[in-house]
Amino acid sequence: MNKNLKEQVLRSSGVNVLKCMRCGKCSGTCPSYDEMEYHPHQFVYMVEKGDIETLMKSDSIYKCLTCFACVERCPRGVEPAKVVEAVRLATVRQQGNNHLSPVQIPDMLDDDLPQQAIVTAFRKYAK
Amino acid sequence: METFTYYPGCTLRTKAKDLDSYARSCAQALGIALEEPSDWQCCGGAYTTAKDEIATKLSAVRTLNAAKQAGNPLVTVCSACHNVIKQTNYDISNDEDMASKVNNYLKLDEAYTGETTVYHYLEMLRDVVGFDNIKAKVVKPFKGKKIAAYYGCLLLRPAKVLAMDDPENPVIMENFIKAIGGTPVIYAQRNECCGGYVTLEDKAQAQKRSSNVMNSAADMGADMIITACPLCLYNLKKNSGSDLPVYYFTELLAEALGLKEDTNE
Ligand code: SF4
Ligand code: SF4
Repeated sequence: MNKNLKEQVLRSSGVNVLKCMRCGKCSGTCPSYDEMEYHPHQFVYMVEKGDIETLMKSDSIYKCLTCFACVERCPRGVEPAKVVEAVRLATVRQQGNNHLSPVQIPDMLDDDLPQQAIVTAFRKYAK
Repeated sequence: METFTYYPGCTLRTKAKDLDSYARSCAQALGIALEEPSDWQCCGGAYTTAKDEIATKLSAVRTLNAAKQAGNPLVTVCSACHNVIKQTNYDISNDEDMASKVNNYLKLDEAYTGETTVYHYLEMLRDVVGFDNIKAKVVKPFKGKKIAAYYGCLLLRPAKVLAMDDPENPVIMENFIKAIGGTPVIYAQRNECCGGYVTLEDKAQAQKRSSNVMNSAADMGADMIITACPLCLYNLKKNSGSDLPVYYFTELLAEALGLKEDTNE
């Protein structure tokens, strides 16, 4: 377990992972459940255990839609999406670790794609 | 006449010109003056919830401060801008550490600490204009039309912060639909995500999400679906495989008020 990393994720997310009672409601309501290798309740649990590098290496951090369904519906106010965000940031903040680069964009464009999609993806996937 | 500082956001200047132009013409017809700040920056599209992110919050703070300087409430029409700006305002008001870092960077004449009141355009219609007043001004009601309101994720959540409506059982868009003479359709997926920005790198996921939404609305008998978000409109139109028409709510409002030619017949 990487103690510094755990502290960094806890501080950055502002989440108290100890409040989680592992009911799984966040994962039950998550629209990306099928696409995520680790589900929101697992993010909370694995951060509590300090098993953060596993999450950082998983594509799950790019599958979260930041839809805040888990935040809204968690009966304990844990706010799992903020944990996912903090783990993703810990990853993309590493030098050379951006998940999206401007050179990829031209191939992704079509005539109707709103700017909003591109700026949001960069907010999420790159530093 | 009430005056609001109006933040259009990047997409309303480009791909979502309709959302913007009808928002402006309707406001005028309803007795609301919209003043756009002389310069504004893109809000970034998504709120970075991390407490140690400062740079990504600055553009929203600049917009909030522009409204404060003008002495107006702030209104925005895109669901995403609304989400980013309200979440920023909430954190600046409640997280002293973040507020001091932001202000330390911006060096404003007077620190910004959350003074501006932020409205989504729909809230402005409900709370300032009043749905009854809109109803009285409708010249071309959507009589007999079954209209499905699509909230998606960004318009209502997190409810504690956005304070717009009940996130699980919202009524604001349904009441809007009634005001313009239509019949609201309630369906299960109205407040679930369309797939959002994931469309860039995972089309399959966006297709799955948006077709779920469209099929859910169609199953309940909707003739059309309305949204406030350019990215929702894109996903629902482009990725769902459904031919249910999708419109911006401002477009329908303009039509009901007699400010626009029919498009949906
Ligand atoms: S919904 Fe909340 S309490 Fe339940 S597992 Fe998820 S984070 Fe834990
Ligand atoms: S915010 Fe992310 S983790 Fe939470 S429900 Fe939405 S997609 Fe799932």
